[in-house]
Amino acid sequence: MTNRHALIVALSVVALVLLAALPAFAEKFYVQLFTKILIMAIFAMSLDLLVGYTGLVSFGHAAFFGFAGYLLALVTPQYQAASLWLSLAIALAGSALLALAIGAFVLRTSGVYFIMVTLAFAQMLYFLFHDTKIAGGSDGVYIYVRPLATIAGWRPFDLENFVHYYYVVLALAVATFLLLWRVIASLFGGVIVGIRVNEHRMRSLGYPTFRYKLACFVLSGTLAGLAGYLATVQFGFVNPDMLGWHLSGSVLLMVILGGMGTLIGPALGALAMLVLEIAFQALPVVGAVNIGKHWQLLM
Amino acid sequence: MDAYTFLIQVLNGIQYGMLLFLCAAGLTLIFGIMGIINLAHGSFYMLGAYLAWSLTERLGNLWLAVASGLVLSVLFGLLLERLLIEKLYRRDHLYQVLLTYGLILIFEELRSIVWGDDVHGVAVPAGLAASVPLTENLSYPVYRLAISAVCVVLAIGLYWLIQKTRLGMMIRAGSVNREMVESLGINIRLLYRVVFALGVALAAFAGMIAAPVSSVFPGMGNQVLIICFVVVVIGGIGSLKGALVAAILIGLVDTFGKVVTLEIAGVKLLPELAGMTVYLLMAVVLLWRPEGIFGKKL
Repeated sequence: MTNRHALIVALSVVALVLLAALPAFAEKFYVQLFTKILIMAIFAMSLDLLVGYTGLVSFGHAAFFGFAGYLLALVTPQYQAASLWLSLAIALAGSALLALAIGAFVLRTSGVYFIMVTLAFAQMLYFLFHDTKIAGGSDGVYIYVRPLATIAGWRPFDLENFVHYYYVVLALAVATFLLLWRVIASLFGGVIVGIRVNEHRMRSLGYPTFRYKLACFVLSGTLAGLAGYLATVQFGFVNPDMLGWHLSGSVLLMVILGGMGTLIGPALGALAMLVLEIAFQALPVVGAVNIGKHWQLLM
Repeated sequence: MDAYTFLIQVLNGIQYGMLLFLCAAGLTLIFGIMGIINLAHGSFYMLGAYLAWSLTERLGNLWLAVASGLVLSVLFGLLLERLLIEKLYRRDHLYQVLLTYGLILIFEELRSIVWGDDVHGVAVPAGLAASVPLTENLSYPVYRLAISAVCVVLAIGLYWLIQKTRLGMMIRAGSVNREMVESLGINIRLLYRVVFALGVALAAFAGMIAAPVSSVFPGMGNQVLIICFVVVVIGGIGSLKGALVAAILIGLVDTFGKVVTLEIAGVKLLPELAGMTVYLLMAVVLLWRPEGIFGKKL
């Protein structure tokens, strides 16, 4: 076991060094691709906390992802930059509140109901932004200038610079990983895994399981919001598809493909999905895109 | 809003609700009896609509198209169950979601290859193209009334099938205890296959008869699927009666949400937020009864 443990640590260190060194040898396209992969990895890890550890299969996780993106779009003045710190804080707080509100509803249900109800709530949000004039309706809205990371006149890094941005995202992805790792290793983590295995038993042991699940839901939603914020900064626009159920489905696929109940798995799932996506896009046959990707799931 | 406009909207709401019921009935049966959460159910609706369109083009008649389309969709359902869904019975919901989500993507791609990405319309069949005059300038299309009527007949038939026939008894028994039914010498696999094909046929049929009033377009299945989920959640999973009540309720709420204007404190709420009304309804029902109106206690 210790051997395996050492191997994992060694592999992680190698992977981290490679990721850190990436901008030194890769072209801009690949740096940006990996930025996207890391963002999706954050997203997938956040969902894994729910699906893999707490046993709550959420099919509406894009709601938090997209909502944080929309918050950034709403606080950004047109053609000007928002403050990174302020807008990030608003986006995270907003997605946390949203997760609290939605969680209070959906956690009253379980099993298949939970899957359907999370989906329905995400769709509700989708229609809110799709049908109303808030932030451009169904067209979405562009953010022309990325947020500024200025602290009292000093700017430690520039998000417009793709290498800087890559490192910011990398640091946040590692931070997310460490945070979730610590959470899962803690007593709290033990309780939520206990809830997945047998909620009745946890309740009879005296744990207020609803509150634990809600805390998990909020943490997960907030991290999904972080991913959504970062994605919005990278792509420079938001549209209702960021809240849509296709994204919720894709991120669920990443988690399951990569292996739920592990943190590194969903991150690898994100890597695999995005690399496959690009590989399949290169194929001339349109139909092969999905068929090639999904038939292997039938095992 | 005068009485006639109101009547028209009520009829529209019921007609939409009855179509939703046909889709949701299959979804709730497949879940209630087989324990399968089928995300690909909306794709069957889409399949039905596209079959109606392409077969009408070929055969020149919607009736022939519906008849042959029904046969095709039953065969399709049997085949799909035999090849894929059968493998899911003993799997966790997560894998069911995964596989059926994959199926949606596959069906969408196949649809795009076979039928293309254009929006199509299907003509209302000649015998039903008339309208019932209400006032001098208001009338109501007969075809929409016919949809509601057909759906009511189907709903009654479905109730009779499940509650009163021997097959229905076996189906209900199978949902309670699979092993027991099997040990009594009933071929439960065949039974499940029949239920699945029935669900596919109902959704496809809904798509076919809806084709002349809505249009036939890519992604139409997903829209229906999500609303059907809401119907099933409100009505209670596995309950046909619940699906019927919830479908009508949603049909009416959705229709009126789009025509009523509501302003609170100068903020326009309806029809701007019409897309959200059904989900709000669901939220309210969940607060009141998390298991749905006619669902079993969780």
